[in-house]
Amino acid sequence: MTTAPAERFALRLHKVSKAFGGVQALNKVNFEVRAGEIHCLAGENGCGKSTLIKVVTGVHQPETAELIELFGEKVDRINPVQARQMGVSVIWQDLALFPHMSVAENIAFDSLVGLTPRAVRSRDMMARSKAVLESLGVQLDLAAPLQDLQIAQRQVVAIARALMNDAKLIFMDEPTASLTQSETDRLLDIVRKLSANGVAIVFVSHRLAEVLDIAERVTVVRDGNLVGVYPTAGMTQAHLGELMTGQLIETEVTARDRSDAPTVFAAENLTRHGEFTDVSFQIRAGEVLGLTGLIGAGRTELAHVMMGMRQADGGQMRLNGASYRPSNIRKAIAQGMAYVSEDRLSLGLLQKQPIADNTVISVLRKLTTATGLISERRKAEMVRHWIRELGVKIGSPDDPISTLSGGNQQKVVLAKWLATDPKLLILDSPTVGVDVGARAGIFRIVRALADQGLAILLISDEVTEVMFNADRILHMADGRLVAEYDPRTVTVPELEEHIYA
Amino acid sequence: MRNVLRGYTVELRLAVVLALICIILSFSAPQFATLSNATSLLNNSSVNLIWAVGLLVVLIAGGIDISFAVASSVVQYVAATLLLSIGGGNWLLGFLFCGTLGILLGLLNAWLIHGFRIISIVVTIATFNAFFGLLMYFSRGRNIYGLPDWWTARIFIFEYQNAQGVWSELTLAVGVMVACVVATWLLIQRSNIGRQLYAFGDNPEGARRAGVNIAVMQGVAFGWMGLMAGIAGLMQVNIVKEVVPNALYGRELEVLAAVVLGGARLGGGKGTILGCILGVMFVAITQNGLNLLGVSPFAFQMIIGAAILIAISTSNIDLSQILRRKEVRQ
Ligand SMILES: Nc1ncnc2c1ncn2[C@@H]1O[C@H](COP(=O)(O)OP(=O)(O)OP(=O)(O)O)[C@@H](O)[C@H]1O
Ligand SMILES: [Mg+2]
Repeated sequence: MTTAPAERFALRLHKVSKAFGGVQALNKVNFEVRAGEIHCLAGENGCGKSTLIKVVTGVHQPETAELIELFGEKVDRINPVQARQMGVSVIWQDLALFPHMSVAENIAFDSLVGLTPRAVRSRDMMARSKAVLESLGVQLDLAAPLQDLQIAQRQVVAIARALMNDAKLIFMDEPTASLTQSETDRLLDIVRKLSANGVAIVFVSHRLAEVLDIAERVTVVRDGNLVGVYPTAGMTQAHLGELMTGQLIETEVTARDRSDAPTVFAAENLTRHGEFTDVSFQIRAGEVLGLTGLIGAGRTELAHVMMGMRQADGGQMRLNGASYRPSNIRKAIAQGMAYVSEDRLSLGLLQKQPIADNTVISVLRKLTTATGLISERRKAEMVRHWIRELGVKIGSPDDPISTLSGGNQQKVVLAKWLATDPKLLILDSPTVGVDVGARAGIFRIVRALADQGLAILLISDEVTEVMFNADRILHMADGRLVAEYDPRTVTVPELEEHIYA
Repeated sequence: MRNVLRGYTVELRLAVVLALICIILSFSAPQFATLSNATSLLNNSSVNLIWAVGLLVVLIAGGIDISFAVASSVVQYVAATLLLSIGGGNWLLGFLFCGTLGILLGLLNAWLIHGFRIISIVVTIATFNAFFGLLMYFSRGRNIYGLPDWWTARIFIFEYQNAQGVWSELTLAVGVMVACVVATWLLIQRSNIGRQLYAFGDNPEGARRAGVNIAVMQGVAFGWMGLMAGIAGLMQVNIVKEVVPNALYGRELEVLAAVVLGGARLGGGKGTILGCILGVMFVAITQNGLNLLGVSPFAFQMIIGAAILIAISTSNIDLSQILRRKEVRQ
């Protein structure tokens, strides 16, 4: 390497541009990562973070680029295999794993890539993937097909895969999006260890606390343009949020007392063997009930029972005073339930269909005219309404949903459910991968919906999220409700201590 | 053990059903459970199975092929013409000609699919019609007799005569079929190329980002299918001793049905050799059994259709999930 040690770069980009049709995803962006540095890439949904990663790894070719340099070497046209051989690994935002292949094969897949025929050494792949998982402190069934795993576990598989290749530069595109606190902490430890060993990490996350905690420097991008590079020392979340969105975002406790409103939903001693036990709670009209706890606490399973996707083994539920026991999700929806699921990228969207169709798919009946056909005018109106309301960044409503950035896809799912005009809305980790500005926007809408009398169950790993947006907070641990808190009388550190202790 | 079974749910189910059918048939049709019936079943299924393993590779890679049976006919016709014009040739030249021609036809499919980004079902329906039309035009629908002796010779790899004097024998086609099955198994299970085919079928975008060469994968999948179609064409002539241009027309759907029954996923990423063998045997045994019982051949079509519907609609009732559910409860 020719440069002086203090100025050794893992990656340098100068004036890199990339456009998709009419969308300028990157506009003459400069980006530099020092060797061994933990560097954050921050910006709103759709600002071009994932595109930047794809350009560096040769998945997309840039329109123009003055310089792309990896480890001091100028590269012209790079492809994914060359990038990996030079020491670049990626944890993709959408994971890019293979659902029908085994966990071990997913982790060790990159060693199979190439056109020189060679024998597959399954035992060797097993051993190596086991070793990586052990270094992550995780145990997974290596022979299981990936699709049998929960999303958090799939995320771990993607992380393990990126660690397999002895990389010197690792891009992590929202690696913690579906991890819980303890798993996140473990990942951040590993990131620090890698960095200490000289591996440079580019970390993308919409959890700003995490960004400020882990990174030394942060590069902020807005609408494909570079805003600037800042040291994280002395930076606050509010300031970073402002740099990203261009507006000041304040957070405050919004809880209010709804104890005299009528009860919309009640669970009594609800039990499902092996998942949760004796769960009793009520949600009142206009109330936002927060439900938090570690993963595996049974929160998502509870939501599935409420939606009729699984059946309880004991206890009962009441909806608006009447006994409620849906045998499937369609019946639940018909009775006014709505569920924004945790795994919304694969369960909630028709990836190849236009954005507009995805938005209105759950309310087609409302859009039909007397002739039984769908009114294009009403459809366009509704789509426009929700896109504006949620601030979804799109080219045209007729583009397929797969062209949207990850965060913007999430907003479309939310819009789809909000459009059904439900009585009880279950939001399971609704802001995973959503940027600060849009989060604030989503919770503004949630609050407005509650004020109109909608009952809301907000499931979240993020303590601050339930703290600032819920009226009451339930804490679930090992399948039981263990405590209830009032956001107005508890503080964030107290709550964190109770939950992570 | 459970781990092994988990990967083979469809295969296990099919094997159980197949065993039941065999038991029922051996009681109701006395000729069924005889060695000579078993060997003739194998002889008659060998061409189907050669096609089936080729098609399996295409399905795993996320494609589909309708043109392979007709491609075999084209290969037979062109190879026969070429071989006769050079004075007859021999087995080696036969394999060489048929294999190469088959691969070329497969690569033509791959090129159309990849080069013009057209989905495989559309491309192969088009080539199916084009191949057949051209073949009928140039051959004027006439059969070719007088083929070289080596090609039409009866070659047995196994012979046995029982006390009643009934012969049981396995033909060369069975041996070639076994070689094709083993080679395909090595390709898809034991080589890195095969694993990339699975990955490409499973998640094309993920495979692309990992650096899998998509163009080559299409080429390998359809090229392999073409190679198998070429070999199947060669062996089919060895069985029937003449080239009949329209003899294989329509066989593709039967093979496709067998492979899908065996658990290969339309859409890619899933399918095994074992399932493929079981699927072909299921189709062959059902046909053979109905034949022995004197049932109308149209009933066979219905049964295969119903079996596919049942297989596909129940394949999300996953045995392994039921097993795991029990584990949690305990
Ligand atoms: N393949 C594609 N075709 C068309 N447009 C695309 C494509 N990929 C990305 N875009 C557009 O480029 C812009 C940048 O997208 P990108 O995925 O890089 O955003 P991001 O910063 O990663 O956002 P997020 O935080 O939501 O993941 C978006 O407006 C997106 O719609
Ligand atoms: Mg992204």
